[in-house]
Amino acid sequence: MAQRVYVTGMGVVSPFGLGLARLMQGLDAGASAVVNMKPAWESSLKDLQCWVGAPVPEGAMDPKRIPRTFRRSMGLTAQMAYFAAGEALEQSGLGETERASGRCGVAFGSTTGSVHSLANFFERYYKDVSLRDLQSGSFFQVMSHTSAANLAHAYGLRGRVFSTDSACSSASQAIGLSFEAIAEGRQDIMLAGGSDELHPLVSGSFDLVMASSMRFNDTPHLTPRPFDRRRDGTVCGAGAGCLLLEGEGSMRRRKAQPLAEVLGFDTVADGANLAQPNRESITRCLRQALDAARISPGQVGYVNAHATGTEQGDAAEAAGIAEVLGAKVPVSGFKGAIGHTTGASGAVELAAALATMHRRSLLPTHNLEEPAPECAGIRHAQRGEAPLSDILVKNSFAFGGINSVLVLRSTTHGL
Amino acid sequence: MAYSSPEIMEKVKKILAQEFELEPAQLSPEANLYVDLGLDSLDSVDLVVALEKEFQFKINRERDEEKIRAIRTLNDIVGFIEAKQAEVLG
Repeated sequence: MAQRVYVTGMGVVSPFGLGLARLMQGLDAGASAVVNMKPAWESSLKDLQCWVGAPVPEGAMDPKRIPRTFRRSMGLTAQMAYFAAGEALEQSGLGETERASGRCGVAFGSTTGSVHSLANFFERYYKDVSLRDLQSGSFFQVMSHTSAANLAHAYGLRGRVFSTDSACSSASQAIGLSFEAIAEGRQDIMLAGGSDELHPLVSGSFDLVMASSMRFNDTPHLTPRPFDRRRDGTVCGAGAGCLLLEGEGSMRRRKAQPLAEVLGFDTVADGANLAQPNRESITRCLRQALDAARISPGQVGYVNAHATGTEQGDAAEAAGIAEVLGAKVPVSGFKGAIGHTTGASGAVELAAALATMHRRSLLPTHNLEEPAPECAGIRHAQRGEAPLSDILVKNSFAFGGINSVLVLRSTTHGL
Repeated sequence: MAYSSPEIMEKVKKILAQEFELEPAQLSPEANLYVDLGLDSLDSVDLVVALEKEFQFKINRERDEEKIRAIRTLNDIVGFIEAKQAEVLG
């Protein structure tokens, strides 16, 4: 490995609002960002079964803060990415010259391009099979690499640009592949993360594969319920998360402050099922990521789980964690409070998890009241509990059978 | 109905201010869209769509391409709309 890789900036847009501080405020308060969306959604999709979602609160982002020439090519998903990346850049103190050096790139993913823009695009198209009157920015909003390309454009990045569009593994793969690009010496700095919008078509797609929560439409704050006996599926949310990854050389030259060191990553194909992660592929991914990080299972201090609140996904993940890491390491997930921010979740949740590692005070899984027997083989983190060490494992598992695991070391105690 | 030149100029200014978030003070009749106002080729596509909507006629991109390409200033847009009006009204 050519060089060590650090996190020197983090930024998020979440269902609790703009910025990591807002997200931590909501999580610390034990609040839920999940609300009933029926009034907003029923004219767009009449027969949803899951009527709850976790949107970014109205007014949290002011798109007018994005210069018009950048904004015109951005749908909502790229706009959220812009604000998350802006926060990460500001924290890292990275200047224009370094961004334009050609050694600074971006990897960002989402499930699709802007869903709202896609819906507008096809609404226009099917009216009379024409694209006439559509604005020139439409294509750039709907293309699958919209966030990565728009970030490179808006922030003047000249290095590698790629898009990891792997649904719920998007952000984790972006971070992992960026880590490898820097570790191998091909880039010095990467903006890495993911973003996704909340739209009735997204929730409808989860309905379609029976992965969404449908029994809590009148009590939205009680769902999703990761690892809980009464869990009945996940709830979609919106957001963007971005980490600024930087090689040791660049970080030291700039005298930037490390927030964490990225130690290892792996991503594997499930090989068995497109919709349900299985225990075998989860354990394989966990073991390989730990091997890549040169960390033994006993060294892990906290696991931030994928934990979507689905019946089979949570059971397979709990079993996988128990098998590889045992029953002592505290485990929790954040989707109970902010829903499943899909393509953003790997970065949004990792940023929040690192914040809890820094203060050495973990958060429990929201809505986990009574662990289901099939999820009881792991230690569920309690509020305020300290991690066992500075080593954090972050899981992300995606539709399509794509698992990703990141291993980081919180630099609470220095380099 | 046909709009007079001053009416067209007012509408063009309104479109430019709204669509491209330009300050009214920048919008002199001689201002060059690309040099002075910073528009680019994507903006010119959106300008055509906005003009069509405002003046309720279709611009044939193939047939009118040269005339659209020749547009540089607000005055040029007004001239283009006047010619188009005359063409539509026969």
